[in-house]
Amino acid sequence: MRLRMMEISVGAFLITGALALLMLALNVSGLSLSETKQSYTLYARFENIGGLTPRSKVTMSGVLVGKVVNISLDPEQLMALVEMEVDSDVNFLSVDSSASILTAGLLGEKYIGVSPGAEDEMLKHGDMFEDTQSALVLEELVGKFLFNQASD
Amino acid sequence: MTQLDDIIIDVRGLTFYRGERAIFRDVDIQVPRGKITAIMGPSGTGKTTLLKLIGGQLKPDSGEILLDGQNVPSLGRRALFRIRERMGMLFQSGALFTDMSVYENVAFPLRVHTRLPEEMVRDLVLMKLQAVGLRGARDLMPSELSGGMARRVALARAIALDPDVLMYDEPFTGQDPIAMGVLVNLIKRLNEATGHTSIIVSHDIQETMGIADHIYILADGGVIAQGSPEQLMAENSPQVKQFIDGLPDGPVPFHFPADDYQSDLMLGLNNG
Amino acid sequence: MVELIAATGRAGLNRVAAFGRAAIFLMQSLVARPAPLQMLPLLLRQIYVVGVQSLIIIIVSGLFIGMVLGLQGYTILVAYGSEQAVGQMVALSLVRELAPVVTALLFAGRAGSALTAEIGLMKATEQLASLEMIGVDPLRRIVAPRFWAGFLCLPILSAVFALVGVYGGALVGVEWLGIYEGSFWANMQNSVDFFDDVLNGCIKAVVFGFVVTWIAVYQGYDSVPTSEGISQATTRTVVYASLAVLGLDFVLTALMFGDL
Repeated sequence: MRLRMMEISVGAFLITGALALLMLALNVSGLSLSETKQSYTLYARFENIGGLTPRSKVTMSGVLVGKVVNISLDPEQLMALVEMEVDSDVNFLSVDSSASILTAGLLGEKYIGVSPGAEDEMLKHGDMFEDTQSALVLEELVGKFLFNQASD
Repeated sequence: MTQLDDIIIDVRGLTFYRGERAIFRDVDIQVPRGKITAIMGPSGTGKTTLLKLIGGQLKPDSGEILLDGQNVPSLGRRALFRIRERMGMLFQSGALFTDMSVYENVAFPLRVHTRLPEEMVRDLVLMKLQAVGLRGARDLMPSELSGGMARRVALARAIALDPDVLMYDEPFTGQDPIAMGVLVNLIKRLNEATGHTSIIVSHDIQETMGIADHIYILADGGVIAQGSPEQLMAENSPQVKQFIDGLPDGPVPFHFPADDYQSDLMLGLNNG
Repeated sequence: MVELIAATGRAGLNRVAAFGRAAIFLMQSLVARPAPLQMLPLLLRQIYVVGVQSLIIIIVSGLFIGMVLGLQGYTILVAYGSEQAVGQMVALSLVRELAPVVTALLFAGRAGSALTAEIGLMKATEQLASLEMIGVDPLRRIVAPRFWAGFLCLPILSAVFALVGVYGGALVGVEWLGIYEGSFWANMQNSVDFFDDVLNGCIKAVVFGFVVTWIAVYQGYDSVPTSEGISQATTRTVVYASLAVLGLDFVLTALMFGDL
């Protein structure tokens, strides 16, 4: 009987471990089980990405539509090249859509906001946003403000 | 010197160092088959070490230990474990597995080495426990046994597989006279009944002398005397006499080596 | 002066030799895994001793650490008006660092020292030698199951620790301090990545389980079989295991999260 109790408690222990991992996955990391969402890749060049990092959000009208997967420096244009994955069902971004780096709150995290354009042709896998707006950098703003003050 | 014809364990030119110190220097020991051989000597002469060397738990620096012609130190791990099935060893503390009952302790070697059905294991275990007089204690845990009982259970476990060689490491140490008498009797009886070879390591002279057929006395890394108990009693060498008669002073001095007593005392006086 | 250098060198060589012995010991016990059918009951028993019996201390510590994190995080973040990020902070610090590290430290104190003492005592009472004489390899019978049990249990304990900690943080943050529940969890789920954070935390726990159990079992097996020797070995287990966990944690963190 003692052996049986031990077997039961060990079994319960192992199940607890598996459940804990599952709950960490679902509740804490927000991994959804139907994760196999199709996505396509788009690129954008920015003069300054501020504090944008891989895994940052990509939103449209505030709705999450994708994430940043890679950031590199384009050696030809000397600008930051951001690679992002956008959900496949968001297939209404026209070629003149714009991408800008925004900030959540005053000191919050950086994310990319996408706004659609008016053209009929849509962005396809591997395309590049032509119209981009870099991150606002506080120091530059302050610098500009002081410069304007001085020139007045 | 007696002529030994049927030898089961033959130790030749055994040398063993622990650190810088030589425990054995070129020692020869022959153990006759089916007899009780005692290895005696003062503490710290490596009696227990000798048993560990025979069991292959330690490796000698040089020399051979032949068990029926097989050289134990040169055996690989697998062959060593196989040859150990022919040996039983009774450790000084009993060394019962503390997480198993008496019954399971005795059954353990059977379960590991045989595929006997459970009923047969049970019968064998009860037979062995009966032989040591503890059949009624089968459900106790080792912590509930007295020292003497624990040693008897360990003995039952050691004979579970009917070994050819049974080694006893200080079986009498720390036992009350009754338990001691029981053990002496048991070792003698078991030896006669099953015909296995027994090796007893001990410094309890009376008990060991009473049952041993042949005795080796070790001291200073070598054998200083050997023979039957009667032969040793008649031995005249001062070292042997001191050991057998238990004299406090003799070739093994009472005092640990030190400077001259008087000048040592005076030294303190002068410094003070 | 020369003597000092010689002594230092000798001590260093002794350390290297001890490390080598430990590595050989590890190899032997890993190779010497028992036949699966014999292994299972032994392993089960060890998981019970090492894992199940450590569960309470892990749950209680996890809960309190999570609650403290919630409290501290709130008092700091509320100054910047971003108390919604408490969930993110609690979850990330637990999953990445605190769960594997604190679990490993508690494990070293609770289960590791017990392993060392148990094996050391088995050595002192000649049970190990007795096993050998019966023809059973003590590495197989005694060491291997304990090793695998520790290896298996630490990641499980760490996962439980992290989960309990997150709920402890939620209890303080959401229930007591009144952070809006939706943003608490949403912030957490947006910032914690399953593969980068949760699984990396698990890898850490696996590595720690490996190291702590190795140290504990080896110290027991290598202890001087006297009461003093065993008590020293137990102390060494806790000290060495804790240092190893903290040191390795830095290395693993640098490999996983730092851009080295």
